[in-house]
Amino acid sequence: MKKAILFNNVKKNFGKLEALKGIDLTIEEGEFFALLGPNGAGKSTLINILAGLAKPSSGSIKVMGYDVIQDYQNARRSLGIVPQELVFDPFFNVREMLRFQAGYFGKGRENDDWIDEVIEGLDLQDKANTNMRMLSGGMKRRALIAQALVHKPPVIVLDEPTAGVDVELRKKLWQFIKKLNQKGHTIVLTTHYLEEAETLCSRVAMMDQGKIVALDKTKNLLKRFSAKNLNLRLDLKGKKIPASIQKLMKNLDQHSISFLIEEITEVEFIISELKKSKIKILDMELTNSDLENVFLKLTGSKK
Amino acid sequence: MINFKSELIGTWTLLKKELLRFWRVVFQTVAAPVITAVLYLLIFSHVLANHVKVYDNVEYTAFLIPGLIMMSLLQIYSFALLYVDLPILHPWVIFGFAIIGGALLGTFGIIAGIWAHRFDQMAAFQNFVIMPLSFLSGVFYSIHSLPPFWQKVSQLNPFFYMIDGFRYGFFGQSDVAPLLSLSIVTFFFIVLASITLGMLKSGYKLRS
Repeated sequence: MKKAILFNNVKKNFGKLEALKGIDLTIEEGEFFALLGPNGAGKSTLINILAGLAKPSSGSIKVMGYDVIQDYQNARRSLGIVPQELVFDPFFNVREMLRFQAGYFGKGRENDDWIDEVIEGLDLQDKANTNMRMLSGGMKRRALIAQALVHKPPVIVLDEPTAGVDVELRKKLWQFIKKLNQKGHTIVLTTHYLEEAETLCSRVAMMDQGKIVALDKTKNLLKRFSAKNLNLRLDLKGKKIPASIQKLMKNLDQHSISFLIEEITEVEFIISELKKSKIKILDMELTNSDLENVFLKLTGSKK
Repeated sequence: MINFKSELIGTWTLLKKELLRFWRVVFQTVAAPVITAVLYLLIFSHVLANHVKVYDNVEYTAFLIPGLIMMSLLQIYSFALLYVDLPILHPWVIFGFAIIGGALLGTFGIIAGIWAHRFDQMAAFQNFVIMPLSFLSGVFYSIHSLPPFWQKVSQLNPFFYMIDGFRYGFFGQSDVAPLLSLSIVTFFFIVLASITLGMLKSGYKLRS
């Protein structure tokens, strides 16, 4: 199979700060790939370098075999990027904006049918002749997705596409993206919402502090870290949670406490410790591992 | 994948978009400069017409118009024609200077746009660079009427050559030989265009 994206030892320094510490990553054609990581992990820097908006300090990047610096025109043609921020030209309506965007890539009137298809696929028909300025946030997001697709790029990168988008739109959006993936487009996605990556993506890379800390099939990652979540609702009444089990604690809020369980015996341990401290358990739930657990484990950061 | 035709469509699209954008804000881009120029025309011609003689056979008001047109580089000509009898001796010279002058200011605009991060910096560029260059260019006078020092200063100003050459197209008279003006303006254009291309290529302030 052809390589959709190839990062070869990509480094990027901003002054003394090493934003990317040597990224090696290959994404195959047709993959649905997720790039995860906390804020400041280097995801956006990596995408900017891919898009040609930033220059790598060293290393090389290829899109569909085209070097993004030497063969930038072909590389850009192969790539459609949905930016994280809502950037748009306030002078034009959606259809005009899409036609211009296609024109920059050398596509003329013959491309209008595809523009219609994209507009329909993203449910933008009613807004096709509305000025970009007048659109709601969610609609702007859709228009920007359409903008990334007008030149039919084989590789599509979505940088946090669902930040600030309501559930209904998120669902529609993913439907459309999934369809594109089935047609053979390679999809790369960065997101904070781990559950999105979990349900959509076949492979995941996790970044932290400028490095890739995990790279595997989603299900392997989940299997490898077969931890479970134990969610408890406790009747604390001013009592403190015993120190012996505090290190297993993942999350604490007013109503519930969740623990990260790696061995099932730890459940027994937690319950007996709570009993010793005479804390009553009101409710209990055991859920399967999710990417968040994997992530916490890898980055060692407790939220 | 890339061929000449698609490059052409790309360039054409960019041109079409910019023209359309220009047209969308026609009030700002056309109407406002027309009003400004007409005000200049009314006031300066009223106050100075009988006091200033630049060329023997050219009325001051007529003298003023090419300068004003070049200053705004817009369709003021047709408007001004309603008031003043304006000859056109060398239309190709007028056309040539309008194109090269527009191109030169286009490079100025791109450089300022890349350099400026905020709107006040853009305004500074307009007020500290474009305005002085326009007013020291001989829009309102022939530079022969200036003290020698300011004549020298004006001779370093590319705008002066644009306006002088442009005016030659109307009256067949100018302070500097039109071919020399054209060469100087073209030289400035090539220098600024190279700077602009260099900025775009290196990604100055555009790429981190």
